[in-house]
Amino acid sequence: MWNRHHKFERHSLWLVIGILVVVSIGGLVEISPLFYLESTIEKVKGVRPYTPLEQAGRDIYVREGCYVCHSQMIRPLRDEVERYGHYSLAAESMYDHPFQWGSKRTGPDLARVGEKYSDGWHVDHLTDPRSVVPESNMPPYAFLAAKDLDYRAIEAKLTALQRVGVPYSAAQIENAKLDLEAQTDPFAGATSDLRKRYGAKSRSGTSTAIPSGSPRWMR
Amino acid sequence: MTQLTTTADDAPFSVLLIYTLTGMAALASVLMTALSPDPLFRLHGWIFTGAFTVAFLVMSAGLGHDRFRSDESRYEDGVVRAGVIATMVWAIVGLGAGVLIAAQLSWPNQFYFPEYGFLNFGRLRPLHTSGVIFAFGGNALIATSFYVVQRTCKARLAGGLWPWFVFWGYQLFIVLAATGYVAGITQSREYAEPEWYVDLWLTIVWVAYLLVFLGTLWKRKEPHIYVANWFYLSFIVTIALLHVVNNLAMPVGLLETRSYSAFAGVQDALTQWWYGHNAVGFFLTAGFLAMMYYFVPKRAERPVYSYRLSIVHFWSLIFIYIWAGPHHLHYTALPQWAQTLGMTFSIMLWMPSWGGMINGLMTLSGAWDKLRTDPVIRMMVVAMAFYGMATFEGPLMSIRAVNSLSHYTDWTIGHVHSGALGWNGLITFAAVYCLVPWLWKKERLYSLKLVEWHFWIATSGILLYIAAMWVSGIMEGLMWREYTPQGFLANSFVETVAAKHIENVIRTIGGLLFLSGAVIMTYNLWRTIRMPGTAQAELPATSAAPAPALQAAE
Repeated sequence: MWNRHHKFERHSLWLVIGILVVVSIGGLVEISPLFYLESTIEKVKGVRPYTPLEQAGRDIYVREGCYVCHSQMIRPLRDEVERYGHYSLAAESMYDHPFQWGSKRTGPDLARVGEKYSDGWHVDHLTDPRSVVPESNMPPYAFLAAKDLDYRAIEAKLTALQRVGVPYSAAQIENAKLDLEAQTDPFAGATSDLRKRYGAKSRSGTSTAIPSGSPRWMR
Repeated sequence: MTQLTTTADDAPFSVLLIYTLTGMAALASVLMTALSPDPLFRLHGWIFTGAFTVAFLVMSAGLGHDRFRSDESRYEDGVVRAGVIATMVWAIVGLGAGVLIAAQLSWPNQFYFPEYGFLNFGRLRPLHTSGVIFAFGGNALIATSFYVVQRTCKARLAGGLWPWFVFWGYQLFIVLAATGYVAGITQSREYAEPEWYVDLWLTIVWVAYLLVFLGTLWKRKEPHIYVANWFYLSFIVTIALLHVVNNLAMPVGLLETRSYSAFAGVQDALTQWWYGHNAVGFFLTAGFLAMMYYFVPKRAERPVYSYRLSIVHFWSLIFIYIWAGPHHLHYTALPQWAQTLGMTFSIMLWMPSWGGMINGLMTLSGAWDKLRTDPVIRMMVVAMAFYGMATFEGPLMSIRAVNSLSHYTDWTIGHVHSGALGWNGLITFAAVYCLVPWLWKKERLYSLKLVEWHFWIATSGILLYIAAMWVSGIMEGLMWREYTPQGFLANSFVETVAAKHIENVIRTIGGLLFLSGAVIMTYNLWRTIRMPGTAQAELPATSAAPAPALQAAE
């Protein structure tokens, strides 16, 4: 029986073919079903492609490597659901190229951190995390405030995303720059076409509300 | 046999091909740099331009002096020597980056620099992981594979100048990746951070690597392919497959750095962890097992313990590893059947892993007394012991119930480092300690006493590191799920951060010790290379570097 193995030991091409066959099986069995199984491709109401400004913000999240310390995947465990909110669904990241679920929580999960704190708190926290959370060991991001957003390629970015399957309409791509600018303008909200194109939940402008008193464990 | 002419007209074809391609690449880089609207792309354009121009000029000078002739009766050891030096340089860089980011987590007020955002944890952490895995580990793998395949095939490396292309091409990949992270060019996919054009460059280098390796196997004067080469080959082939599939992406433009992954959400997550876990399986395991299969028997002067065990554990290891990726995604939105498959295969993986460890350790049977006298052997044995421990801990952590506690915590970090520092680090150090006297024709190392020091300092460092991470990981896991008697969560998140301070400090000290060991090693190797050599006079002047005569095939 062991002599049969001589074929692989004496012929490098057989060895290469053997390796390729053996290492292909697991990946094919596990990954390919994900592209047609209902639970992984179903659409959920309220999940829409990112607005141009949101996508630009996501690009900054990707650029700074936030995923090395923050997850965006709440597990269906009692403590996580209580701490972070409803567990994450597959559909919620269906437009995330790449996914940013993360693998480490040096800081807390961020999947539902949106609107939990005021914008003012975020500005303070990003500028100097220890000014609002003394025990934090997060890096300071003061330089973000001093730098203008570079969005010269925003149409190209939306086009690239459309090519990998994000259903942006021609109008959304064409007006990407306008929409991005509208969303940064606190007074453009109701009158701009942004809401028409992305739905009511595309918040615009910056609020300067004082941090609301969230429960201690939410901090 | 090289005494005929000194003109460049009849230089080997491989040299002229690489020369032409380098010149064209230099021109293309200039154009890319000039035309790109993206400042970050221009930064990398300059690096490409600089690298190809320098390579072109060096090759022009070399061709003029007829430097690139390969003597088929000798081994190509120059590229292995370069690989050993690169391994140690990147070890210091990668470990140093690790110590710095560990210090950032311990003392954020001292080690973060608000004016220098590019030194933030999020940008340096990929620099550390890529630095140790791909720069240190990758160079060690390329260098040792080039050494081992020549010795076990009794043939000079195939491809003339192509092995050097692989070496320098790989260094260029590392420089592009590292500068990219610091400048903010990243896909933010763990262990696959380099952007699309850097991935394309690595693909070219990797295909050349595969062809050089296969070409050498085809030239072999032995009927059998030695077991170490099976592992090297599976590492090269599978990494190529993983790299290409996982990095499928749509660039924003041909002159833009940014790209978007071809997959999204749950499909992207499993593709990524299929890649990520098998970067561990094939880069950090199969490749380093190949090292073990050559250097342990060689150093211990004993044959490999069991030939049949090596067959069984080779095929089962590479078959089972591929399935284990989903254990990185327990309790996520990945369907549960996939999680369960990943967990099952991860537990099965324990057996072939230990098959490899046993085969390595038992190779020492009859030579165990060398543990007392040879610190390099001791380093190998401890490396294999850490391999065994990490491959026991891994299956344990892949069990869903355990994973619900360990996932997202420092326990994972500790696990990775018992494998990376204990197994990959120590087996590489041992292999390099073997290689340097062989390659530079010295009778022995400069100082075994310093190896002894290195061994103890590194081992203590690893133990401090992993013990601290076990404590902090399990502690924070338990604190996150701790409830008060009234049924409220007991701890805010930041309280778990504050609780880990001491462990973070101990981890930093452990890392610093491991780095110090590498510095001592570098000094020792440097002094070894500077020692007077043995029997060098008869080497011909045409050979740029001394190389041992090829032995006759048996």
